[in-house]
Amino acid sequence: MTAIDTNNQQAPHSHGLPVAGSTGSGSPPERFTSRNPDDFAVPTGREEEWRFTPLRKLRPMFNSFQVDSTIRPTWVAPAEVTIEVVAADDALIGSVLRPADRVSALALANVRHALVVRIPAGIELSEPVWVTITGKPGLNYGHVVIDAAPNSKATVILDHVGSASLAANVETIVGDGANLTVVSVQDWDADTIHLAALATRVNRDAKLTHVVINLGGSIVRLTPTVEFGGPGAQAELYGLSFAGDGQHQESRLHVDHAVPNCSSNVVYKSALDGETARTVWIGDVRIRPAATGTSTYELNRNLLLSDGARADSVPNLEIETGEIAGAGHASATGRFDDLQLFYLQSRGIPEEDARRLVVRGFFNDILKYIKVEALHDRLMDTILTRLGAK
Amino acid sequence: MSTLEIRDLHVSVNAVGADASDTPTEILKGVDLTVNSQETHAIMGPNGSGKSTLAYSIAGHPKYTVTSGQVLLDGQDVLAMTVDERARAGLFLAMQYPVEVPGVSVSNFLRTAATAVRGEAPKLRTWIKEVGDAMKDLEMDKAFAERNVNEGFSGGEKKRHEILQMALLKPKIAILDETDSGLDVDALRVVSQGVNKVRETGVGTLLITHYTRILRYVHPDFVHVFFDGRIVQSGGAELADELETSGYARFGVNETAAAG
Repeated sequence: MTAIDTNNQQAPHSHGLPVAGSTGSGSPPERFTSRNPDDFAVPTGREEEWRFTPLRKLRPMFNSFQVDSTIRPTWVAPAEVTIEVVAADDALIGSVLRPADRVSALALANVRHALVVRIPAGIELSEPVWVTITGKPGLNYGHVVIDAAPNSKATVILDHVGSASLAANVETIVGDGANLTVVSVQDWDADTIHLAALATRVNRDAKLTHVVINLGGSIVRLTPTVEFGGPGAQAELYGLSFAGDGQHQESRLHVDHAVPNCSSNVVYKSALDGETARTVWIGDVRIRPAATGTSTYELNRNLLLSDGARADSVPNLEIETGEIAGAGHASATGRFDDLQLFYLQSRGIPEEDARRLVVRGFFNDILKYIKVEALHDRLMDTILTRLGAK
Repeated sequence: MSTLEIRDLHVSVNAVGADASDTPTEILKGVDLTVNSQETHAIMGPNGSGKSTLAYSIAGHPKYTVTSGQVLLDGQDVLAMTVDERARAGLFLAMQYPVEVPGVSVSNFLRTAATAVRGEAPKLRTWIKEVGDAMKDLEMDKAFAERNVNEGFSGGEKKRHEILQMALLKPKIAILDETDSGLDVDALRVVSQGVNKVRETGVGTLLITHYTRILRYVHPDFVHVFFDGRIVQSGGAELADELETSGYARFGVNETAAAG
């Protein structure tokens, strides 16, 4: 394990504008982070990080609340894996996470227990760790830590089902040389509110494959962040959102390249089927001066299946060194691609079948990264059922 | 025995003008051509002459509007058919710029297409062998079948994939739109061999090309010079040799002007 940075109180701060002299040669301002919820004002909707989010339903989450404890985790895991509930003062808690918004800071400050999943060093798991997080109506704080020790290989699924209001943090540590896949599935019932920071650190020569699947819930707003603990690390970040009427699904990514020779690849896709369906994708990538040899690419694709649906897409790339291997991003939002339909139809495939093939392909392009067949098939079935129900 | 008849075909495209108005521009100005089974017709012409428009119009690309004329396949009105009906009737277009379809594997695509064109799903065992053999003929790696349709394909891979589909879908009439473009000499040889193998099945072929080099591998029975939206001269294979030596200028074509 690399050194754990547990005290961020003294880290450089900025409040929207760079403090004179604090960032040196024209570098962009640091993202503001703090463990103290009161360092973040209650969002008004004018803030950059909240401007796309419907705040009214979230009001109860913007201050400390009395927990209803209506969420229960259950799990199935291979024998080598240790899963335990620890007290919130455990040293692992807050070892990766640096809260960047009020809800994340409130969750960290108020949560009393955390679920810790430990993958032992040098172990390759043949079966996934499958944690099912089942909610019932009520307010909850949550905290999960996934600690993949060096040279381990594992898949961890966080499968969110049921109905709840949840403010949570998930911390993931991928140890030196480890290969970890984390799949976070939001298959909630319709009324759920789920706000969570998904903080990850990928250490030397390690590989993280991070898959976020948003299907259910009323408002699901997730903020995956990646930092690299040593050179040669690799982060593959995949996301799929399928928003219907009344659903808001927001993904705000922040990838911080601060060490040399790491790579990040982001592919997030969303499909919107319903007049009031809404998705937001923000992809921030920063390549700091020390991060020479960085390779990064971000891709966001949004497929509008109904009139009135709205997808916001904002890629941001800040490059502070010229010595990189490559950096780029692409974003496109549109309806059915007529050229794809023409191509398939020109091979004799009837229009309806061609449409199904294109949509299925659109989803499968992300679902294919889920190698756990039972989960892959369940998610595809859910999607196809929803498409068929239209 | 099949016949594709193109009679006095006029086609327009809606070009969006600088003022965002839709102005129809006529591209094909009366094309007449008959292609029978077993025949190979080469259509040659400079860039911008409308060759590809002819190919896409026959296939039913939504961008093009047929303003007058007829296209008949064995007497059936092709222009009244949807794009997929045309393919099921026996027409095939190998595209110059095949389209990427993310998340759809080549193997899934080929089987879906074959099922549609043949009217029933091919038996799995014979299908796997059929695809395997066709891929071998085109010197394609097996792993190719698991990739997404046209996604990240090189120019040569795209063209091989087009000819692979032609081999599996067994059309009555095939239109090859600039199949030779972007191919190095080895890829051109392999793709041409693939085309010739399908020609042995008796398919009528309409080969659209800018250059004569593919005609060294795929020998045409007829050559048509295409310029300004119509056929300006027709002849046998010797016409291609004339084009090779004297270019299009002999036919009153100023290539630099036409390409603009």
